[in-house]
Amino acid sequence: MASWKSHTLLDARDIARRFGARWVLRGASITVASGEVVGLLGANGSGKSTLLRVLATLLRPNAGTATIAGYDIMREPDAVRHNIGFLAHTPGLYDDLTARENLVFAAAMLGSPAADIDGALERVALTHVADERVRGFSAGMQRRLAIARLALSRPRVLLLDEPYSNLDTAGTVLMNSLITDTVDAGGAALVVLHELAPSAGVIDRLATVHDGRIASGFDAAEAEPRFALVGAD
Amino acid sequence: MTAVTIPVALPSSRRWPWFGAFAFLFLITSQALAIITSPADRDMGDLQKIMYVHVPSAWITMLSFFVVLVYSVRYLWQRRENDDLLAASAAEVGATFNGLTLVLGMLWGRPTWGVWWTWDARLTSTLVLFLIFVGYLSLRAFIDEPVRRAQWSAAVGILGAINVPIVYLSVRWWRTLHQVQSSPSTVDPLYVLFLRANAFAFLFVMIYFIRQRYEAARIERDAELAAQAVALGGR
Amino acid sequence: MGRSADWGRIRAIAWKDLTAERRSKAGFYSVAALGITILVLFGFALGPDTRALRDAAVGALWLAVFFAGVLTFNRSYQVELDGGALDTLLLYGGGRWTIFTGKLLANLAFVMMMLVIVLIVGAVLFQVQVPAQWPTLLAVLALGVIGLVTLGTFYAAMASRSRAREVLLPLLLFPMMVPVLLAAIQASKALFGADLMQESGAWMRLLVAYDLVFLIITHLAFEYVIEV
Repeated sequence: MASWKSHTLLDARDIARRFGARWVLRGASITVASGEVVGLLGANGSGKSTLLRVLATLLRPNAGTATIAGYDIMREPDAVRHNIGFLAHTPGLYDDLTARENLVFAAAMLGSPAADIDGALERVALTHVADERVRGFSAGMQRRLAIARLALSRPRVLLLDEPYSNLDTAGTVLMNSLITDTVDAGGAALVVLHELAPSAGVIDRLATVHDGRIASGFDAAEAEPRFALVGAD
Repeated sequence: MTAVTIPVALPSSRRWPWFGAFAFLFLITSQALAIITSPADRDMGDLQKIMYVHVPSAWITMLSFFVVLVYSVRYLWQRRENDDLLAASAAEVGATFNGLTLVLGMLWGRPTWGVWWTWDARLTSTLVLFLIFVGYLSLRAFIDEPVRRAQWSAAVGILGAINVPIVYLSVRWWRTLHQVQSSPSTVDPLYVLFLRANAFAFLFVMIYFIRQRYEAARIERDAELAAQAVALGGR
Repeated sequence: MGRSADWGRIRAIAWKDLTAERRSKAGFYSVAALGITILVLFGFALGPDTRALRDAAVGALWLAVFFAGVLTFNRSYQVELDGGALDTLLLYGGGRWTIFTGKLLANLAFVMMMLVIVLIVGAVLFQVQVPAQWPTLLAVLALGVIGLVTLGTFYAAMASRSRAREVLLPLLLFPMMVPVLLAAIQASKALFGADLMQESGAWMRLLVAYDLVFLIITHLAFEYVIEV
């Protein structure tokens, strides 16, 4: 996939964002090329999630610019939304709908009502509870369902906020296969992490967010010693 | 923690203070002339002179709703922050004149009708408009994020302003379909003249007030933006 | 994409909201119970005199629907806020107005059902006779509910995401509803009488104009209030 490496899918420059009087982002810049998976590390409150939400067009930056798949997040948000797959802390499901109904709803909203819902449920191993309400699901099962919903839209750029939280080993494998499938198809992923272990073998490059800025970037292969430090945080 | 002084460029217009002085001089002169020269009303006596303030104030209330509408639409269209601040300033000034209209109406109503409040068509619709203004200003007070505040209040401002004629019409129907409105007494030409002069005086005062409130809002926003520059490390 | 995709989204949102409401039965019944409670309280406030009660019945009915409606509108967005579903909803792309239309339709169905319950209970409590012109009365009620739900769904999009949603929604909504309240009450009153003056026609025209104006403007303005 060498030809994909050449072009940038995500390019954020000097993104700044505040909440009230507090500046959460103070000029964060990061680029992700196609075929690349970048992990974001950083202490609580360092601005990782805010950066992801800005890139997902859910928050307007107070300053800075960014493009995703060549589209400007401020001027062409709708085109950006068609190209991204965003997974937040919260799964974004409807508690009173069943697993299947949640996916049917998502497919209708994506404009592809003929999507293969049964196949999507099977891939995340939720077929046996397909017609139960999400309210009774464990946090890990809700995550799996959110992964299935994410896969329905076939995104080019994944923006994932701590995607491994609450997932068991099999769920982690599911998550990683979604990431590698996306990247192999020429996509890219920006993944907020609070521990490195689950993403081992998937992440190409790491960056740390400190005090609202991207402090450093390094290859995942050489990250082991530093990762121990971050993990101790 | 040391205090950081952030220099803010004050709006440098020299003409506005003169405009303000002119507006108030005009207001005082036309009021004084109106009160001194107009004859006492046959039925109401000197009480009728409250109309020189009440009626222009009501007109200005209506006008400021229109100003809010214009700036709100322009904000959503061009997304310039100044338009949002001007809409907010117009709403504040409008609410003030609206309150003044209500109080003066009640002061007039007490000796005339013997009660502080009556569900008169115009008085009632003025009260409803006041409540719509209050809603607009409370919404602004409850939101901190500038873009969100601007967009939401523009939407609320537009809906509120469009509702003004509908409210007025519905309240008038509500009253007149059941009882006949009192007909106005004979009108002195001098009364009409001073009413118009006062309307212009109020208009100038309104423009001056909106400008003043706008400058204050602009200074606040500039201070915020300067603080932003500092927080971002001079970026 | 295009028109059929938009219609698909509208239907999906309306279906989703109604299904969720139907499943959490507590929602509908507690809101309807609140409407009935307000009616009973009006009965106490206006005293046991049957004639006075009958005169005030229409106003009391409308106010009960108003207050119960406010809860409905905020709840309609609470569903989106609970699990962070609003973010997902906004990321589906397409016209924002489809979200508004979908929620509007669901709320309309919800408030109409509530109105029927409140109406039946109110007619019994306040000893109201069904008037001869009941089809016209139904039209008046429907027009009034459309106005209420249009503005309620629109303002709740803001109020439910602000710091003071319990206060803010009625504060914004109720003054705006004065024409609807007056028109609906006056037209209903006229119809309960013989409507010799043909008043109801004028009020209905006002309601139609109000509904059309605000249906159009809220649809145009919705993207500005939902996306930030």
